[in-house]
Amino acid sequence: MLYTALYQKHIDLGARMVPFADWNMPLHYGSQLEEHHAVRHKVGIFDVSHMAIVDLKGIQVRQFLQYLLANDIARLKIPGQALYSCMLQKQGGVLDDLIVYFLQDDWYRLVVNAATAKKDLDWIRTQATNFELDIQQRTDLAMLAIQGPKASTTLVSKISEDLKDIVTNLKYFRAAIHGDWFISRTGYTGEDGFEIMLPHKIAIDLWDSLLEAGVNPCGLGARDTLRLEAGMNLYGTDMDTTTTPLEAGLGWTIAWEPQDRKFIGRTSLETQRANGNLPKFVGLVLEGRGVLRNQQPIFSKATPDTPIGIVTSGSFSPTLKCAIALARLYPSKITNNKTIEKVVKILNRLVPVQVVKPPFVRHGQVII
Amino acid sequence: MSNIPEKLKYTNKHEWVRNDGNNIFCVGITDHAQEQLGDLVFVELPGLSANYEQDDECAVVESVKAASDVFCPISGEVIEINSALENTPELINQDPYADGWLFKIKATDPDEIEKLLDAKAYTELVAAESI
Repeated sequence: MLYTALYQKHIDLGARMVPFADWNMPLHYGSQLEEHHAVRHKVGIFDVSHMAIVDLKGIQVRQFLQYLLANDIARLKIPGQALYSCMLQKQGGVLDDLIVYFLQDDWYRLVVNAATAKKDLDWIRTQATNFELDIQQRTDLAMLAIQGPKASTTLVSKISEDLKDIVTNLKYFRAAIHGDWFISRTGYTGEDGFEIMLPHKIAIDLWDSLLEAGVNPCGLGARDTLRLEAGMNLYGTDMDTTTTPLEAGLGWTIAWEPQDRKFIGRTSLETQRANGNLPKFVGLVLEGRGVLRNQQPIFSKATPDTPIGIVTSGSFSPTLKCAIALARLYPSKITNNKTIEKVVKILNRLVPVQVVKPPFVRHGQVII
Repeated sequence: MSNIPEKLKYTNKHEWVRNDGNNIFCVGITDHAQEQLGDLVFVELPGLSANYEQDDECAVVESVKAASDVFCPISGEVIEINSALENTPELINQDPYADGWLFKIKATDPDEIEKLLDAKAYTELVAAESI
C-alpha cells in the first residue's frame, strides 16, 4: 500500500480511508455532501498526490508528444499552457486521459491517473525508444487541489508576496513555476481553483495553513460527485482501453488537423469516424427517487427488456438533489429519437430518465 | 468506534431493534451501518400495514456510495413509519438510534427477539468485520 505525504494529516482529521489504486486515500472526513457543498460555495482542498507527475525532457520532446497524444501539443504556444488529451492504443482504445503542461521547449510535464501510472510509464518508455528523451516520475512532489469560488482569495491570503501575484494573474488552464512551486489553474470540480505541486514538506505546511484559514478538507467521494456534476469523464468507468474517445464523449480532444500528424491510434479513429454509427455519450437526470449507479442498463419505456445503453458513471448530485449520470446510448433509432421515453429499473420500478447535455453544474450554477 | 447502545437488540445485518412494549418494536440501522454507507440520500420505507416475516427485505437505504437492503428483524405488521426520512434521510447519519428510526412493527411472535444479538455480541460482530 502506498501513502501520500499527507497521510498522517488525514488520519489525524479522522478521515475514512479507502484503498484506491494501491494508495491509501481519504474517502471523506465525515460528510461527503458537506465537502461537496464547500467546494461549490466556498473552498475545499484535496490531496491528489496519488496522481503521477511525469517530466519529459529533451530536444525531441515536442515531436514525441505529437506522436504519443491524440490532442496536439502544437496548440500550446506559450510556456505554462496546459492541454487535456487522451493517450491511445494503436486500436484507438483509451490508455489514459491526462493533462500536459508546456514548460520549456525541451520540458513538458504530464499528470496521469494513479490507477494507470505504472502502465502509462511502461507505455511511454516503450514508445520513446527511438526518441532522445529523459522520462522521470516526480515522486518527490505532492499535489494539492484547492477548489471553489474562494480558492483564489484564500490561497492568496496564505502565500508569500511574489506567489500572490502569480496566483492572482494566472489564467484558466495555465501553470506557472516559481522556486519549488508549480501552480496550475486547473481542477476536476467545475469550479475555479488550483492544482499545486510541491516538495512534500512544503505541501504539508500549505495544507496546514489552508486548513487554519478554514478551507474544508475533501476526499475522493466529493471529488467524484463534483467531477460528475461538471461532466468530466473518469478513467476506468467512462472510458478505458475497450472504448475510443469517439465513444466516450471525448471526440473534441482529438486533433484531426494537421492531417499529416501521425499520432498513435489515428488510423483506427479515422476508420471508426468514417464508418459512423457511433454510440452517443450523454448526461442523464433521474426523474424520480433513487440513485443511478455505474453499469445500470438503460431501456426504452416501450421495450424494457433490451438495453439501449448503459450508465458509465452515476451518483447522487448534491447540487441538483437528484441522481445524475454519464451514459453511453448504443447506436440505434431509439437512441436518436428524442420522443422515445428512456427509463432505468430501480427496485423493480421503471423510473424515467431525461437525456441532457453535460455538464450539469458549472461555477456553482445548475446549467442543464 | 461506533456507538452500540447497551439496551438495544441487533441483527447480523446491522439493524437495531428497541422493545417499546405491547409487542411493538422500533427498527433502524446501526451507527456502524450508517458510517459504512456514508451520507444517506434516499430511504425507501415499508408500506403502512404491510406484513413481513423475520429476515424479509422490507426497506432500502441508499447513500451516495451504495444502496443497501434493510431486513425485517422480527415478523409482524408495520404500524408506523418515519416519514421525516423521505425529505431528510440525513437524520439516519446524524442520529441513527433516535430521530433516524425507520419503522415500528407489531410483532406476531415477540419471542423472535431472543434470536437477535445483544450489544456485546453485536460489538464482537462489528470488530470481526473491521479486521
